[in-house]
Amino acid sequence: MRRLMLFKMAFTSVASNKIRTFLTMLGIIIGISSVITLVGLGEGTKKQVQEQIESLGTNLITVNITSRRTKGLSDEDIELIKTKPGIKNVAPLLNQNGIIVKSGTKTYSTTVEASTPEYFGIRKLDVESGRSLEKDDIESRGTVAVIGQDIVTELFPLQNPIGQSINIQGVDFTIVGVLKSQGSSAGGSGDDRVIIPITTAKRLFKTDEVRTIYIEGTSREDTQLARGYLELYFNSRFKGDTSQYRVFDQTSLLETATKTTESMTLMLMGIAAISLLVGGIGIMNIMLVAVIERTREIGIRKALGAKRRDIMIQFLIESSTVSLIGGVLGVILGYILASFLKSILSMAVYISFNVVLFAVVFSIFVGIFFGMYPASRASKLNPIDALRYE
Amino acid sequence: MERNEKVIVMKNVSKVYSTGKNQYRALNGVNIEIEKGEFVAIVGPSGAGKSTLMNLIGCLDTLTEGEYYLDGISIGNMKDNQLADIRNRKIGFIFQTYNLISKLNVLENVELPLIYMGVPFNETRKRAISALKKLGLESHLKHKPTELSGGQMQRVAIARAIVTNPEIILADEPTGALDSKTGMEVLNILKELNKEGNTIVLITHDMNIASNAKRIVTVKDGVIVSDSCVEKLKEVGVCED
Repeated sequence: MRRLMLFKMAFTSVASNKIRTFLTMLGIIIGISSVITLVGLGEGTKKQVQEQIESLGTNLITVNITSRRTKGLSDEDIELIKTKPGIKNVAPLLNQNGIIVKSGTKTYSTTVEASTPEYFGIRKLDVESGRSLEKDDIESRGTVAVIGQDIVTELFPLQNPIGQSINIQGVDFTIVGVLKSQGSSAGGSGDDRVIIPITTAKRLFKTDEVRTIYIEGTSREDTQLARGYLELYFNSRFKGDTSQYRVFDQTSLLETATKTTESMTLMLMGIAAISLLVGGIGIMNIMLVAVIERTREIGIRKALGAKRRDIMIQFLIESSTVSLIGGVLGVILGYILASFLKSILSMAVYISFNVVLFAVVFSIFVGIFFGMYPASRASKLNPIDALRYE
Repeated sequence: MERNEKVIVMKNVSKVYSTGKNQYRALNGVNIEIEKGEFVAIVGPSGAGKSTLMNLIGCLDTLTEGEYYLDGISIGNMKDNQLADIRNRKIGFIFQTYNLISKLNVLENVELPLIYMGVPFNETRKRAISALKKLGLESHLKHKPTELSGGQMQRVAIARAIVTNPEIILADEPTGALDSKTGMEVLNILKELNKEGNTIVLITHDMNIASNAKRIVTVKDGVIVSDSCVEKLKEVGVCED
């Protein structure tokens, strides 16, 4: 009860000098709002990069046969790779750039990707309408195609493309599905492609050479394991000539990107911490003035029986109340600023609950830390001197 | 009324202030005993040591030499926090300049010593209101001290002094800032409180004010020069000595 009353008194005191309290808070408000905005920016960028990479599949390993001197991978290679541990799915890819596809009188140059049904799962390609490739299509060398959004726009504007046919190098393919829009990433538009069964493509393009395979690990950890096995496999297959192939996975790419963005976040946090420090010093300054100003009040309280602890707690409650309210206002301001950056400048901003919690807790801490010295000075005042103070 | 209970016993008390190399003996071997229910005025010119004596009696300061027992407890070697506790429980202060906290309202000001005592909230409020009622201030509970007259403020201060039921009420020039009429009112309140059994120590430089007490102790140059019953000076009141 006694503590509660001390709280009440501290609030009365904080509220009694509104302008000064607000000015003191301003330091904390600016500090916390910059923490929220800057960390939000940092986290947003990090998340954006992460999402881009993850959209390609986190457990993804890509193998490229880079040398033209060797033949590509055969079906046996793929079957062997499938037996390695930590591997969930394997999809070979045969792709041809700059292929002209026709529909009626319209033509369009695009990339034809030939693979198996697993390809869709591994590359996280979802079908918006229709279906994706199926096992039957592969086995029967079906002339079916799944097309990206760009093809729809170019060849079938304002039409339902499902069931229509497109001509690729003289062969008619029936469109069975349309991919969801992938958006564009560093590798260009993800919507500019036609996917057909690999068996059909081998005949169409008169080639047997698969130079790219995608492998999906069973989990993030297993992907690293699988990668190791793949390195070993290709190392022996190419007799130690590592220049002929390349194995890389998304996790390592993700780690590099995360590290970069994390150091950025850290730097931003450093800047914000400095502004919080300045805010804290502001609180200390004002509290020291308040102690001098209220010398007489402290004397009265001491004469009436306030112990050192009571005075100390009173001033600490006051300083932490100021910094807490400042912190909460700072969070709100930071949130508004972040939303502004997000909507007006379309920057990637992400404010997590943890950051908000951290900001609020930290602001209380700032209040207590910087209030400690003034509070201790107040508590040590001699009641006689304090009562005599004019 | 237990007349023989000694609330204050000071034996050979001295207070020495030292500033650098200089030493100043503000009190020099003071002996005084005050019994429960007494109304004592301590008088003396400024610089005589009455403020120092008041600070010692009020446990605001510690003595340099001698012994001081307040309500049977030796105060001599007490630490800050123990003194705070003694002030809180045993002493009710009334100051010349009222010393109310201007941010707090009348009720909160009177509640303050009870809060420091750790009295539960409901009781705090009840006791503060009853003390204020006793001084006719029940209609001013929510007023800020600055909205009151000097006499009212001093009555609030008296309410604050009596709310803890202290052993002694220590009034330091309680009428000093008031006109003679309101000063008289305050003195009458003190007399009334004394009649109810409260021990009152009044510090003043004014003999006319002091003559309201039953016993007058005169301090000069750090020593007690006279200690007499008012009866002998003015034919009012009762005094055993």
